[in-house]
Amino acid sequence: MGSPVVMVIGTWLAGFLTLAILSFLYKDNPFYKLAEHLYVGVSAGYWLIYVAFFDVEPMLIDTFMTETGVEKWLILIPGALGLIMLSRWFPRTAWLSRWPIAFTVGIGAGLGITANLQGYVVPQVEATLIPLSGWNLVSLSNLILIVGVVTTLLYFYFSKPHKGVLGGAARVGVVFIMISFGASFGYTLMARISLLIGRLYFLLHDLLHVLD
Amino acid sequence: MSKRGFWDVMNTLDRRIIFLILLICVTLPLLLNVGGEIPPTAPVERAYDAVATLEAGDVLLVSIDFDATSAPELMPMLRSVLRQAFAKDVRVIMLGHIAIGLPLGHMALEEVAAEYGKNYGTDYVDLGYRPGYIAVMIGMGREIRDFFDTDYQGLRVDDLAVMDGVHSYEDIDLLFGFEHGAVIDYWVRYAQARFDQRMAFGTTAVMAPDAYPYLQSNQIEGLVGGLKGAAEYETLIGHPGLGTRGMPAQQWAHLLVIGFILLGNIGYFVSRRNRG
Repeated sequence: MGSPVVMVIGTWLAGFLTLAILSFLYKDNPFYKLAEHLYVGVSAGYWLIYVAFFDVEPMLIDTFMTETGVEKWLILIPGALGLIMLSRWFPRTAWLSRWPIAFTVGIGAGLGITANLQGYVVPQVEATLIPLSGWNLVSLSNLILIVGVVTTLLYFYFSKPHKGVLGGAARVGVVFIMISFGASFGYTLMARISLLIGRLYFLLHDLLHVLD
Repeated sequence: MSKRGFWDVMNTLDRRIIFLILLICVTLPLLLNVGGEIPPTAPVERAYDAVATLEAGDVLLVSIDFDATSAPELMPMLRSVLRQAFAKDVRVIMLGHIAIGLPLGHMALEEVAAEYGKNYGTDYVDLGYRPGYIAVMIGMGREIRDFFDTDYQGLRVDDLAVMDGVHSYEDIDLLFGFEHGAVIDYWVRYAQARFDQRMAFGTTAVMAPDAYPYLQSNQIEGLVGGLKGAAEYETLIGHPGLGTRGMPAQQWAHLLVIGFILLGNIGYFVSRRNRG
């Protein structure tokens, strides 16, 4: 926390920038542009400073300077790959950047395949193998879930025309997909309204002090 | 105004009028401070119960995976979880995978820690950010210090009492992530699936539908979704905040949008019938 004067200046600046951004709802204007550009610039600057002084310096430079064993030299490999990535700026050497990209893609694919199977596919399939025993709400709920999963999967089966039984199941699948879209849209609306509430609360409470 | 004229006007209504009505709809409930406690739902109760199982001295890992664009939704629930943890004398370790959001998390951490008289380094710590979240998540399963040998201000974690005996997921009793993007998937797939780490999440409303499958499969122990989830959590800890205060405005705005959707559809069909 800063001094009271800094806090007041910060609050007024935040208030001005909030109103500048919201003014776009009326129409595009220089205040909106100013706030937008400031946001992009400050974000980029923050990232640069953070990565340089909290990551590159302690994890790469300091490690190289202080380590004595094999780790001192191992750290040069990611350092070199990182520098090679910058070769994309120059058309004649841009091809070099494929090496670190290939390294990243390889690592990502290797980790991703096992993680998706272990952490997503298998647990989700397991969670779909649920009991349908007796006439009660739990069984009904489980039945809806199973029908939803199966018919949605059938909708995405394109090796046969969607006619007959397959067509009927696919149509049921579409209903589940639409319900899912509806839920997502409802949640998205809630999120956007929440952001508006947050900003208005800031303006009314922190800036204007009209809320207790 | 004729029937046809009314619907034509509605169909060509300047959207700025809609914005103005929405603004009034959200501002009035905030000013009037109407409404009360929001009854908690099962996913939020499960998240609350997960934190409630922690005992004094246990370790809660808090992951800040959001930035200012999601702060109105996630900050209230972050404060509530921190209040619940500090009230039980749980050790809190904060880190994050969105560097630009970490100051927000730190602000809430300092604010709530001060409320409960907690000390930095003894009761809580902010480890900061390290790039490459998948590598960080997997590496933490072996030794946290391989990535976080210092905290956000460069203090060695070995010199901080709060980190005593905390080396890997085995020493973390619960992970509570605050998510506005796909980092939740990585936490589940790398920390839960590989290391069986207990975890619960607070997410933006946009992310909540994507997180429910993890709850249904019991991969996560609880889910707090959006501002409504935050309001429910505030009810559970008995400390109303922005979540509770914002719910009436949320309800009014939702009713308004439902009204607009109905009006828009009726107008569309009436106009089509009149044309045809």
